[in-house]
Amino acid sequence: MTGPVIGAVVSRDLKLAMRRRADIVSVLFFFIIVATLFPLGIGPEPEILRRLAPGVLWIGALLATILSLPRLFADDYQDGTLEQLALSPQPLALSVLGKVIAHWLVSGLPLALLTPLLGLQFDLDPEILGVLALSVLVGTPALSGVGAIGAALTLGVRGGGVLLSLLVLPLYIPVLIFGAGAVDAASSGLGTGVYFSILGALTLAGVFFAPWAAAAALRIALE
Amino acid sequence: MNEILFKFAAPQRFYPLAGRMIPFFAVLAVLFGAAGLWLGLAVAPIDAQQGEGYRIIFVHVPAAWMSMFIYLVMAFWAGIGLAFNTRLSGMMTTALAPTGALFAFLSLWTGALWGKPMWGAWWVWDARLTSSLILLFLYIGFIALQAAIDDPRRADKAGAVLLLVGVINVPIIYFSVQWWNTLHQTGSVSLTKSPTMAAVMFWGMLLMALAFWMYSIAMALMRARCIMLERERHTEWVKNLLGTTPHATRG
Amino acid sequence: MLEVLNLECVRGERRLFAGLEFRMDSGEALHVQGRNGSGKTSLLRILCGLSTPAAGEVRWRGRHIARAPVEFRESLCYLGHKNAIKEELTPLENLLVSTRLAEEAMEGEGAQEALSALAAVGLSGYEDLPCKYLSQGQKRRVALARLVHERRALWVLDEPFVALDTAAVEWLSGLIGAHLGRGGLTVLTTHQEVRIPGAAMRALQLS
Repeated sequence: MTGPVIGAVVSRDLKLAMRRRADIVSVLFFFIIVATLFPLGIGPEPEILRRLAPGVLWIGALLATILSLPRLFADDYQDGTLEQLALSPQPLALSVLGKVIAHWLVSGLPLALLTPLLGLQFDLDPEILGVLALSVLVGTPALSGVGAIGAALTLGVRGGGVLLSLLVLPLYIPVLIFGAGAVDAASSGLGTGVYFSILGALTLAGVFFAPWAAAAALRIALE
Repeated sequence: MNEILFKFAAPQRFYPLAGRMIPFFAVLAVLFGAAGLWLGLAVAPIDAQQGEGYRIIFVHVPAAWMSMFIYLVMAFWAGIGLAFNTRLSGMMTTALAPTGALFAFLSLWTGALWGKPMWGAWWVWDARLTSSLILLFLYIGFIALQAAIDDPRRADKAGAVLLLVGVINVPIIYFSVQWWNTLHQTGSVSLTKSPTMAAVMFWGMLLMALAFWMYSIAMALMRARCIMLERERHTEWVKNLLGTTPHATRG
Repeated sequence: MLEVLNLECVRGERRLFAGLEFRMDSGEALHVQGRNGSGKTSLLRILCGLSTPAAGEVRWRGRHIARAPVEFRESLCYLGHKNAIKEELTPLENLLVSTRLAEEAMEGEGAQEALSALAAVGLSGYEDLPCKYLSQGQKRRVALARLVHERRALWVLDEPFVALDTAAVEWLSGLIGAHLGRGGLTVLTTHQEVRIPGAAMRALQLS
């Protein structure tokens, strides 16, 4: 009984995202521009860039995710569909989980696919590029999950976007540390297994617990 | 249990009770503070390695303890508030937040003051300092969220959800920062790992921690009283209490 | 069926209503009346369980709606001020999505039923046009198609007649009448003069 509602939300949100492709593309371009600004600000020495790449690209991915979060519930809130989700006999948390999955598919996944390309700008070796892309792939679902809580808490609140970053960015620190840490470990020839296990654990926790908190926050926002 | 909780959780009962308790806690805060400072500044011996500078730990360590502890207390009130829907719990979290943020800031500031002579820099990416900074961010996030929502009921509930999410995340964040710190060893001397922790130092810190405790309780109660009057200014008990029209209760 | 006990609603610092009590049985309709800002929408949102009242409770089939939310929501169809439709989706997609979110998945025959529901609200020929190209009245009809399609027992309708033309108003009145005839319940607000054929509407005045 849980499958259909998640699937319905995912397919609806993907359909909507496909009819508003500009939104996805602008988030990706934001990521590209941020990543491009760093070498311009720091200087083109390959040695330094290679050293900074994991942190810079991960922070770029965090910021790009944050940028896409305010829209997560705002449209549904404005046109009244969020009320209908809240009144559905299905648990609201499952609908939220569906929205989180859809959000990841249109933000986290493309970001992960894009990172190897941007890694080239930072002169990273091919195997490091692979680790980087994989770390973003494994870590970003946690960002979408935890971000959903922030998006729900700031729904309809004035100054929502800035407030959202204030609430969510500190909670992203563990993902940043272990995501960028995995790439660092790989570049210094160390094993990355521990990093990926912890990153995976964070993602599982984020995806399965965050929707319940986000659902509670949405009910509060709808009052 | 519930009955007692609800009896004292009603603002009209809590208000006079808090009023009677404030002087008691304020006096205790002053007494404990004076005793703790006397032990810390006058009685405790000079540290062989760190000289007089180490004495800042008598403020730094208790402040760091308090900043973490107040966050836990706020999360506790948040849980009560969401479970029992009591008006008092939201007021208490709102009242505690500035004090918690103050202590987080104080622990950062004293850490920097201590770091300058020890490390030669105001800021070092030490695990404890970094965690304190992140805790300060969490406090600021909570205060900003409450400030941004006009309806106090929604502000309380949203703040409570944020606190519960935060309190689950705090250990994870601390663990990650610890991990990150051991990877990028900065070779820092930890503040609390003094070679020999003399008994007198322990007592000094404990007394200071008690003083901060009492101060926090007194401040939280004072702030809670103000919040109560403001939020309940249209109710009979506030009007009776102040013997005025609702307009005069502002301020 | 639907019981309201000692209901109180506070918005900000204003008490909109207090001590509100009524009960409705199968086949009954309630017209909530009152000035702007008297709490009509607030009452409807409390009835749905979207807002929690300051005091009192709402019961459906004898059970507090907050304690048996699934059972209650399975019998509820709420139509708010907002149409709850997606501008980018077509009427058919909107209807199918909202029913899939509300119930078990029903592919295949669901689409056929949805088409006939859209035909019933007079949107034949518009099924595959994105909703952003529809007029206000047509969008309202897409929202109303949910009533036809989902077949819930309790309809809570906030200003359902807004933006509808005379013919559509008559059609909707008939729809509500038929719903009541089948033993359904309806709570609605409207500023228009509306007669529901074959049913007496009770009025509830909020001051």
